[in-house]
Amino acid sequence: MVGNKTFANVMMLKKLLVFTLIMFAFGFALVPFYEKFCEVTGINNLLQPDVQAKEIRVDENRWITVEFDANSRGLPWQFKPLQNNARIHPGEPVNVIYEITNNSDREINAQAIPSYSPRFLDKYLKKFECFCFTKQVLKPNETRQMPVQFVIEPGLPEDIHTVTISYTFFELPDGTAAAVKR
Amino acid sequence: MAAVHGDAHGHEHDDHHPSGIMRWITTTNHKDIGTMYLWFSFAMFMVGGTLAMGIRAELYQPGIQILEPELFNQFTTLHGLIMVFGAIMPAFVGFANWQVPMMIGAPDMAFARMNNWSFWLLPVAATLLVGSFFVPGGAAAGGWTFYPPLSTQGGLGVDLMIFSVHILGASSIMGSINIITTILNMRAPGMTLMKMPMFVWTWLITAYLLVLVMPVLAGVVTMLLTDRHFGTSFFNAAGGGDPVMFQHIFWFFGHPEVYIMILPSFGIVSEVIPTFSRKPLFGYSSMVYATASIAILSCVVWAHHMFTAGMPTVGQLFFMYATMLIAVPTAVKVFNWTATMWRGSMSFETPMLFSIGFIFLFVIGGFSGVICAIVPIDIQVQDTYYVIAHFHYVLVSGSLFALFAGAYYWIPKWTGRMYNETLGKWHFWLSMFFFNLTFFVQHFLGLAGMPRRIPDYNLQFADFNMISSLGAFGFGLTQLLFLYIMISCIRSGDKAPQKPWDGATTLEWTHLPTPAPYHSFEKPPIVK
Repeated sequence: MVGNKTFANVMMLKKLLVFTLIMFAFGFALVPFYEKFCEVTGINNLLQPDVQAKEIRVDENRWITVEFDANSRGLPWQFKPLQNNARIHPGEPVNVIYEITNNSDREINAQAIPSYSPRFLDKYLKKFECFCFTKQVLKPNETRQMPVQFVIEPGLPEDIHTVTISYTFFELPDGTAAAVKR
Repeated sequence: MAAVHGDAHGHEHDDHHPSGIMRWITTTNHKDIGTMYLWFSFAMFMVGGTLAMGIRAELYQPGIQILEPELFNQFTTLHGLIMVFGAIMPAFVGFANWQVPMMIGAPDMAFARMNNWSFWLLPVAATLLVGSFFVPGGAAAGGWTFYPPLSTQGGLGVDLMIFSVHILGASSIMGSINIITTILNMRAPGMTLMKMPMFVWTWLITAYLLVLVMPVLAGVVTMLLTDRHFGTSFFNAAGGGDPVMFQHIFWFFGHPEVYIMILPSFGIVSEVIPTFSRKPLFGYSSMVYATASIAILSCVVWAHHMFTAGMPTVGQLFFMYATMLIAVPTAVKVFNWTATMWRGSMSFETPMLFSIGFIFLFVIGGFSGVICAIVPIDIQVQDTYYVIAHFHYVLVSGSLFALFAGAYYWIPKWTGRMYNETLGKWHFWLSMFFFNLTFFVQHFLGLAGMPRRIPDYNLQFADFNMISSLGAFGFGLTQLLFLYIMISCIRSGDKAPQKPWDGATTLEWTHLPTPAPYHSFEKPPIVK
């Protein structure tokens, strides 16, 4: 009788421990699940090229000023756009060149992360090419020019006249294979 | 009713126990461990309360007077962590240890040795947490929710906090495995699930929530640790990670966690109200189902903590409606308590006062919760004192008041002595007055836009902050009265009658002598 009870308790202990381990693993499983969820629903798609839309109408009646901003965080890199801003019509394809220079004497891997103002700009910004889609490796004292190609869709609310596209380079630890493998 | 059977000689078993400090270190007795849990949580309540006094002293006037901003942030962070993980949660586990075996007619917890371990992990974790104030860089200062990037950047204090959370999590998981096994396997013959006292039911459901979400918390702090030291990039945007993901995983734990802190208090109140209304609990089975549905719903509402973090409208709507849905089972409970009191033969001893105070103030906190669930309002009040007021109404006048009610209710059974009823009533009324003085005005501060976690504020907030601080000092001092009442009860209280509360119907009152013997229910009682 007492033996049965102890046995039942130990069985229950085992089941609950297994459940605990499953939940611990579940916590980690949330990471790929989160990324997949964002990918499928198109949330948070900052680092993937957009598909070229069929035919975007250019709204010639509106002008938008696009400001370009560039930062590098804790990196001996000089990073700047070749033009500080552009005045464009919504729907018009835009090409900008950014330039980075590695001022140090070591090879550095880094990844650029975009940031937009206003925050909802990402809904209307379609990027076809960007240096931020992959990691950048610069040899000592190397300089590189890189294009960004994008369109701001005419759906952008009427009261927005100026938008800012900003990039910040972060150093990647050695051996980080692909910075972004969503 | 006076079925006090042959347990009176139980004390003879004690003789071979080690005495002095070794008794407490090696004990596997659920009553000893429950006592240690309760004293530990009270000590942590004092530490967390001291931090709160520091916060309120700094906020007494605008400007920086006492705490430098860095230290202020450490105070708010550790106040939250200590109160949640050190005070409220262990206190409920203490109650479970004392009460669950006695209420279901079991001789002890299922795994007595593991029970001892799960308690003794707590002082270790507490030492790490409190000790982190004294390491270079000080304690963690990024808020009790330790969001990255602040928590990936902080110093050694953050590492100590992470280890501490790991240990506390392990302790909670062991404790809840023990409680689940005890409740499911060790009930006295005849004690069917639907005859269990509500306190046991709420703890069974709470324990399941704990094994469900505590491992996820352990996982997320592990990710934080590897991000900090082992080059992973779970939450580091530069490495392809996402700091918002931390918030999702954290609140997947965090929201069930708030119900882990409130469900056992529902249980305590559901024992106290029928006793002092001298009527059975109204709607027992609906109480059980309401508790279970609150627990299930609590797992699908986490993102209401992050409406401003960026989320599609569909997501906001889902989490808003799901959150508001929780008001339904909660209202079932409130109506049931009220209906239990209706036409009852009520008396207002201290446990009953705290329970009624609980219902009254918890409902205020519940309503401000529904208000915060509404997305446009939440975006307005996010990170303001309105939120502070809301969760203190559910955690202090909710969980803590229920803990006080439970302590006054069961202390005669535990010690065989009565507390001082007059002082107990003073404790209640002073707590009630100072609590509302402290936190009610914080609603106004929050609506006017005062942000949380900032040591300084605009002059327009000065008057309400002074009122709130005065209330907080009063509330803090009042809790010393509680300590005095408890100590004087244990040392020199009047001898308690066999059944101090004539309306009590659960096994520990009907089948055990007062005080409860060291070993109870070695022969299980028969429940009809």
